[in-house]
Amino acid sequence: MSFLHRHSWLTPYLLLAPGIAFLVLFFVVPLYYLGYTSLQEGTVQVGYTFNWAWDNYTSAFSTYREQFFRSLQYAGIATILALLISYPLTYWIAFRGGRWKNLLLLFIIAPFFVTYLIRTLAWQNILADDGFVVGVLQALGIVADDGRLLATSTAVIAGITYNFLPFMALPLYVALEQIDPRLIEAAKDLYSSSTKAFLRVTLPLSMPGVIAGTLLTFIPAAGDFINAELLGTPNQAMIGNVIQSKFLEITDYGQAAAMSVILMAVILLLIAVYTRILGTERMAG
Amino acid sequence: MNYPFERIHGPMTRKQLLRRAAVGGATLSLPGLLAACGGEGGIEGEQAATGAGETTVVQELADEITVSNWPFYIDQNDDATSFPTLDQFTQETGVKVNYLEDINSNEEFFGEIQAPLSRGQGIDRDIIVPTAWLAARLLDLGYLQKLDKSAIPNIENLEDTLASPPWDPNRDYSLPWQSYITGVGYDPKKVGGEITSVEQLLDPALKGKVTMLDSMEDTAALFMLEMGGDVANPDQTMFNEICEKLKKAVDDGQIRQFTGNDYTGLLAGGDAWASLAWSGDIVILQADNPNLEFRIPDAGGISSVDTMVIPTGGDVFTASTFMNFFYDPAIAAQVAAYVNYITPVKGTKEAIAEIDPALAENPLIFPPPDVLENLHEFSAEAIENPEFQEQWQAVIGV
Repeated sequence: MSFLHRHSWLTPYLLLAPGIAFLVLFFVVPLYYLGYTSLQEGTVQVGYTFNWAWDNYTSAFSTYREQFFRSLQYAGIATILALLISYPLTYWIAFRGGRWKNLLLLFIIAPFFVTYLIRTLAWQNILADDGFVVGVLQALGIVADDGRLLATSTAVIAGITYNFLPFMALPLYVALEQIDPRLIEAAKDLYSSSTKAFLRVTLPLSMPGVIAGTLLTFIPAAGDFINAELLGTPNQAMIGNVIQSKFLEITDYGQAAAMSVILMAVILLLIAVYTRILGTERMAG
Repeated sequence: MNYPFERIHGPMTRKQLLRRAAVGGATLSLPGLLAACGGEGGIEGEQAATGAGETTVVQELADEITVSNWPFYIDQNDDATSFPTLDQFTQETGVKVNYLEDINSNEEFFGEIQAPLSRGQGIDRDIIVPTAWLAARLLDLGYLQKLDKSAIPNIENLEDTLASPPWDPNRDYSLPWQSYITGVGYDPKKVGGEITSVEQLLDPALKGKVTMLDSMEDTAALFMLEMGGDVANPDQTMFNEICEKLKKAVDDGQIRQFTGNDYTGLLAGGDAWASLAWSGDIVILQADNPNLEFRIPDAGGISSVDTMVIPTGGDVFTASTFMNFFYDPAIAAQVAAYVNYITPVKGTKEAIAEIDPALAENPLIFPPPDVLENLHEFSAEAIENPEFQEQWQAVIGV
């Protein structure tokens, strides 16, 4: 008899072991280290010491409250925009795409084979003050003659929306694609209008996709700094920019870590409320 | 991490190069990504124990040397496909040069290299070229290795004025690469006239078309000179006043961005009409926008020395050989003729006259005494002062 046969109760744990080891190594340990760092004080010159520096938290929040709220606001608007753009798009692909479905999906993803940075830099060129887009919009009176697109909140939010669109579109597509069209037919057979069939059948069935998509978009968007750096001005700085500069330029690791912890806590809180309202069981579909 | 360049195949025009370089510049301003890629890995921890000064030098050339420098800081051939002086170095020594233009700002670069260096690990680079104040900090932290002066006979060509800075009086650890001037780069056609003072950048007519440098030793210092202050010994009240003034300009949307070397793309592309800028950059950007001009404000310009140093883990003998090569006046002349910065190598003026006599009279490369008198350097202590840093960070928005 082998060891495993005699101790068969061990099998599930052994099967879980790689996953648990992974989580401990790449989640628990870094999280502990982040928390530990966030309570340190010091500079590169004198070294960093752990002394329960709660001050990192209070000063981080009081000094950078504006950037915190701005991040949540930008990420929130971008998430809603991405949802409004993705839903009709993926709905159409899922129900009307026919044999072109895969090709159409590829079109959504294709631009994202280019790296994030280059895509964002491309927007810098597209939205340039002397560029074609601004010129046309000025001629149409949408942008003031001395106005601009680049280096505005609009550009930053648009950049975030664009860059995170696939994170919204793909889960939505999966949810919509799984819906059996016969359910909608049945609703109509029972004298439901198209609008009502959508609201009562399609939309509820697609909720897992909506929830997954909004979370996948909002969470990374709230911590993003590239769009604000390349498409904004100091007035558009997000908390990601502050953390980036604290970590890598000022090398104030304590405060940078404290800000990361605060950001994480705020996001967790928002998600808790959000899933409470919409119901977690829907996430699982 | 200079992948925008690596993606480019075939020959390209200088104009294209500048565009791409500008893109590269912006790329480099994202140390987060750099750190994510370059990361903690560093190189073999072998050198770990070697602190500054206790290096054992192997006098044998390595196959390759990696040099980190600022963009637009070395000569390129006409179609910008190669660096002629680096090719000459390879021909002469057989050492290939992996030349990275990945320093966009001192602060960012320090953030990037600090973690591995603090653990005694190398950073995959044999020579880096920070500005003097940062070189001094790196030396102070024990991150640098002594030069092998036996490999640098050309050190005798070092300009006397640069021979003994207080932080490295015998130049045991450092050698100047070029000195730069910070002033205003602008397009007179768009601005509608001449700019003679940094105060003009706050004119509402230029709203949203102005960029400034994210380094206080450049931006705050220029405004301090404007107010008649002493940048070698900055006054706290005056510094406060400047921070307030600039913060207001940010809030009003007057200042479009604070940048590192990546202002070049904005200025060349027309998104910025006037930028606080480094002298030689503007000369190179003129290829893209011939209207651009560089001006040292009447109240004074800022100048400092970008300095070659060998970080922990770098190959001292090969790095020293490289430095020696660039202290040959004939080579220094080729570099200076292209980059238009102040060369630290004696005899360059004579050598450059053979390339183009007009260059020997170029006030940016060989500033006449009246220009030199008007150039100042911001206090290194002030840069290291945490209160100044914090105030300055609040101005630039992060």
